[in-house]
Order: sequence, then C-alpha cells, then structure tokens
Amino acid sequence: MMQAVKISEKVYWVGAIDWNIRDFHGYSTRRGTTYNAYLILGEKPTLVDTVKKEFYGEMMQRIQSVMDPTKIHQIISNHSELDHSGALAETVASIRPQEVYVSAMGLKNLTGHFHENLKFKIVKTGDRIDIGGDTISFVEARMLHWPDSMFSYLEKENILFSNDVFGMHYATNRLFDDENDEHIWWTEAAKYYANIVLPYSDIVLRFLQQIKQMGLSPRMIAPDHGFVWRKNPSQIVDLYGEWAAQKAANKALIVYDTMWGSTEKMARQIADGLSSAGTQVKLLSMHHTDRSEVALELLNSTALLVGSPVLNSQIFPSLADVLCYLKGLRKKNLIGAVFGSYGWNGAPLEDIYQTLEKMQVQLVAPVLKTAFVPDEETLSKCRDLGVVTSQKIAEKLA
Amino acid sequence: MVKYVCEICGYVYDPAVGDPANGIPANTAWEDVKEDWVCPVCGVGKDQFTQQN
Repeated sequence: MMQAVKISEKVYWVGAIDWNIRDFHGYSTRRGTTYNAYLILGEKPTLVDTVKKEFYGEMMQRIQSVMDPTKIHQIISNHSELDHSGALAETVASIRPQEVYVSAMGLKNLTGHFHENLKFKIVKTGDRIDIGGDTISFVEARMLHWPDSMFSYLEKENILFSNDVFGMHYATNRLFDDENDEHIWWTEAAKYYANIVLPYSDIVLRFLQQIKQMGLSPRMIAPDHGFVWRKNPSQIVDLYGEWAAQKAANKALIVYDTMWGSTEKMARQIADGLSSAGTQVKLLSMHHTDRSEVALELLNSTALLVGSPVLNSQIFPSLADVLCYLKGLRKKNLIGAVFGSYGWNGAPLEDIYQTLEKMQVQLVAPVLKTAFVPDEETLSKCRDLGVVTSQKIAEKLA
Repeated sequence: MVKYVCEICGYVYDPAVGDPANGIPANTAWEDVKEDWVCPVCGVGKDQFTQQN
C-alpha cells in the first residue's frame, strides 16, 4: 500500500506522482509532475483537492495508510481543473462526505465536468469552517489561474493550501523545498509561472498585497503541484512578486524556423549583432524547441524577434503556433522585430508584424525580408537590426 | 455612471476609467463600449457582464 507523507502534526500529503508525463496539455513537462492532495486529521477530517482521474487508486491507498477514507468528513475543492478534480466524483461516491466546499465558479466548472446535480456548498472569501480543533478559512483567488481558483488556510497550523499558485511541474518524492535542488526547482517554478500564471500578473500583484493586508504569514505553503514550501515560504512569494512585476533583463529571444536555411542565416546574424552590442541572446528554432520553453525564456526577456519563411503564401505553421501561444500569455513591456525569407511573396511576413502589434510589442524596425537566399548586404542589415535592437533594449532599461 | 462586472472573473468595468489599453477611453458609458470589446482579464464578451449592484 502506498503511504501518506506527513507534512505537519495533523496534515498529510496524499497525492500522486506522475513520473512519466511529458506533455501537459501542450506544456512540456520534462521532469514530470505531482498532483497534490492533502488530508487534515481532526474531529472532522478534511481532504483538500483530489488528483487526476487515473491516480484515484494511488490517492486512496495513501489515505488508507493513515485513516479509513469513509471517515473523511468533508472535501475542499480549491481548483476545478481536471488534474485536481478528475478523481473528485469517484472520491465523493466512495467516501460520501458530509460536505464538499467549492467557490461559486468551482461549482459551475465541476458541473460542466461531471454533468451531475452536485450538492456542493459554495464558500467565498472570509467564510470559515470549524473542523474540530482547527479552523479553515477561504480566500477566493479568481483568475489565479482560473475563475474558480481558491486558497484554503488552516489557521492554527498556519498552512496555506494555494491550489496551482506557487506550484511547479516537478515529479519528486522529496516533498519539501529544502529537500530539492534550487537550481532545478527555480527553473521549473519560473516555467510554471511563465506558462500558467503570467497572463494574470496584475492580479498576482493585487493578491499578494491582499494576503499581506490580511496579515497572513503562513509557515508552510502547500500547492497542488511540486513540493511544500516549509523552510522559506516567502522565497516563492517574493519570486512571484518579481515575475509579476515583469522587470526584464538585457536579453533578447529570436524565435524562428527555416525551410532551406535562409531565415536561419538571418537569425544567426541578428543574434551576433545583439551579442556584439552586449545583449544576452537566445536563438530558438521552433523545429527544435517546445512552445512552453519559449515562454520560460520570454519571462525575463525585453526583446522578441520573430523570423519565418513563407510557405504557400502563409507564415510557417510552427511560428503561427508559438505566436498564438505567446499572444495568450500577454507578456508586457516587450520590444520586437520581424524578419524572414520568401520565394515570390513576402507579404505574409507582415501578418507577424501585425500580430506583434496586437500583442502591444513595440516594433523597432519594419519587416526585414529577403527573396530566396540572403546576400551579403541583407546579412549586414540583419547584424544592424541586432545592434539597433540591443540599443533599444538599453534605452528601455535605462 | 453604472459599473459592470464580469461574471466569469470578477473584473469591474468602470466607465470613469474605461479600458484605454484596449481602445476604450475614460468616460465611456457601458452602452458605448464597442460590441467586440472583450474582458481584459479573462477574454469573454460583453454579454457575460452584469450591472454592478
């Protein structure tokens, strides 16, 4: 039988480790992930969130290692997304809790998932429930990162259950921050922020302020993915503050693809121009790079340069993919440029320019395009574009 | 002027502020906000807004 992991006197982790997932709805999870559920013991035992449907059995075994699951009094659903609620219907059916607590939007979403007449109890910010020996209070966290998102706070134990916020996709059986390598988790936490939370950065800033005003200073933060922050919970809170402020570095991304090497030649000259002018540059071929890695690299970048060949009077499909993805992430304060190659119709490259404009990227130059293979003069213009972009970055950061 | 609330994410459209980043200047009444405007937080259309009480 799989075992629960004790995280405090009364709280156990009863989640699941998904070692093998590599594609989480289009987000590359090279280190797998965890689905964290937590069991709070006491007079009225409480289960906080569940797991992805196929891990129901793993969660139930871990609960059984501590207590009879049918004695669980109530379930709290902090987040209705299926990696935390997929096993909820089955769990409710088997343990028959007295109550399931959700936010108003949570009930709406779960009804949309399960198509049943769910008799769940709606709670809102400030509501508190007595669980016998301790109290849980609720804080709605709308759009962090779904409309239903909610935090639950175990008052006496001073533990904050923060749903997806402060989490990361990282499969580990070491369930605490101090047991994991910071060099690894920093990247995974930043990648999670960049791909999941970034569009709601203004709400993050307001929410962090709200938590401060409420006087919350949890000794532990227990998110729904990754590990529990116990040694230094303020570390991840501070990182969220930094990421949400979107203060960028002297760094440029060149996101491109190529058919016969022309766009790539241009990309490499632009990169060298940026580099020689003192800017850190990342060259990301969409043939080799996952879109979620691009989002991670964009998190602390100031410039986004996009290069595409033209195929049948369209931009190259891999660029359409990544631009659609990045547009949704709504990164602020970017400058950018567009370049590319074509055979007989360069007009589609203007589509990229217009997309970047819609993303409120400040474009530093008109589209730089070349027919067929770039000549020396074009390559020289590419270097110049790199240098100019570097100068614009410097002006922006000054 | 009357404020409107997004039923999905809770964003409040305040006519006094408008949504200048998305082409709606300050002092634009809800009725005058163009029909293809979307919630700047969650992306839904005007039909998912209700009048704030």
